[in-house]
Amino acid sequence: MAQKKMGLQTVKFVNPPSIISSGTIVGPKEGQGPLKDYFDVILTDDTYGEKSWEKAECKMFQDSVNLALKKASLNINDIDYLIGGDLLNQIITSSFAARQFNVPTFGLYGACSTMAEGLSIGSMLIDGGFADYVIVTTSSHFSTAERQYRFPLEQGVQRPFTAQWTVTGSGSSLLSSTGSGPYITHVTTGKVVDLGMKDANNMGAAMAPAAADTIITHFNDTGFTINDYDLIITGDMARVGKSILMELLNKDGLNIEDKYKDCGIEIYDESQDVHSGGSGAGCSAVVLNGWLLSQIKNGTFNRVLFIATGALLSPTSTQQGESIPGIAHAVTISRYT
Amino acid sequence: MDYIRAFVVGGLICVIAQILMDKTKLTPARILVLYVTIGAILGGFGIYKKLIDFGGAGATVPLLGFGNSLAQGAIKAVKKDGIIGAFTGGLTATAGGISAAVFFGYLFSIIFNPKTKK
Repeated sequence: MAQKKMGLQTVKFVNPPSIISSGTIVGPKEGQGPLKDYFDVILTDDTYGEKSWEKAECKMFQDSVNLALKKASLNINDIDYLIGGDLLNQIITSSFAARQFNVPTFGLYGACSTMAEGLSIGSMLIDGGFADYVIVTTSSHFSTAERQYRFPLEQGVQRPFTAQWTVTGSGSSLLSSTGSGPYITHVTTGKVVDLGMKDANNMGAAMAPAAADTIITHFNDTGFTINDYDLIITGDMARVGKSILMELLNKDGLNIEDKYKDCGIEIYDESQDVHSGGSGAGCSAVVLNGWLLSQIKNGTFNRVLFIATGALLSPTSTQQGESIPGIAHAVTISRYT
Repeated sequence: MDYIRAFVVGGLICVIAQILMDKTKLTPARILVLYVTIGAILGGFGIYKKLIDFGGAGATVPLLGFGNSLAQGAIKAVKKDGIIGAFTGGLTATAGGISAAVFFGYLFSIIFNPKTKK
């Protein structure tokens, strides 16, 4: 009998893990956005002195891990598990970055939902008594993702207004069995939902049904209401997806408008010409580990529902005309246990 | 007056492509292929020649003009060499443009590195 399971898809932790530190590193464009003061490192050059963007992303991944470790005065040898994920084929960023660390590693692929997926699994490892310290890291890079999923950058293709801008950045959360918060108290693991959307330039619409499904399930499973949360924040629905999600939730009688934000909208200013907003595995990671955790620590928000959403397409599936399955994982992050 | 005519013809061709990009789900690559094909068809029926007579470079420079050259080259070679010309004529007529594209593409890939969009 799974004693910590609650309802259909939710786990409630008995000893909620603490996010004891975090690390963030972002590219130049993110460093000009409204959240610039909350990031640890802002690059002036998105190649980060490397010969390829892929190498640059790998270096950013390593740096965000090291930043989180340093802030907690820990060494990589203190870590029981590294859980990493990114957007590149065969998650090469995470695996190549982990070569340096010599630490037990789980590689995850949940597209842009990977940060919440990693926090969920990391928290289960800790509350299950399998680990004391787990570091969860994800990354993405505009130029590596763009050329893998869409077109070569040299082609200079015009982007439609529904398109999102992949965030260049990497964020790490260091989870611990002991600590003074913020705590991860509940996680709701999402189902893959596919309503047949096919446009890789409109991923918000593809992900919105999955996000709505997970949010509704979370409230049903936990018995929480909107009033139990100070903020509900999605990973990268962006403007197009945000309005679709609110519409879907309204149909189920759930009005989250007053408490709802989206990492993909928060990270850029409208004047930055990113069209619908930000996206990528690094988007929710840097917004969570940069801005959001600091706001929970200082009491602006006491309890937050963090829902990272992923569009589970591949370049091959797009070329073969497949629709885009979506997924969303929800994590309750609370100032108090 | 030649300039204005070239500007109007070239501009209209590009406006149609822009509308296709904004209003349909067609990818840029498909629009390019579509333009070459339409150019070849119009060229084959001799319609595109009228557009070139009116608009000059406004009609030859866009991709429709490339399709037209393919068709004209093929027709010319068929008249000269028979049916085999349908396979050789198109590329012969456009060899200059294709070789230049390969050469300059290679040259510039050596000189410059790609950069992230601002």
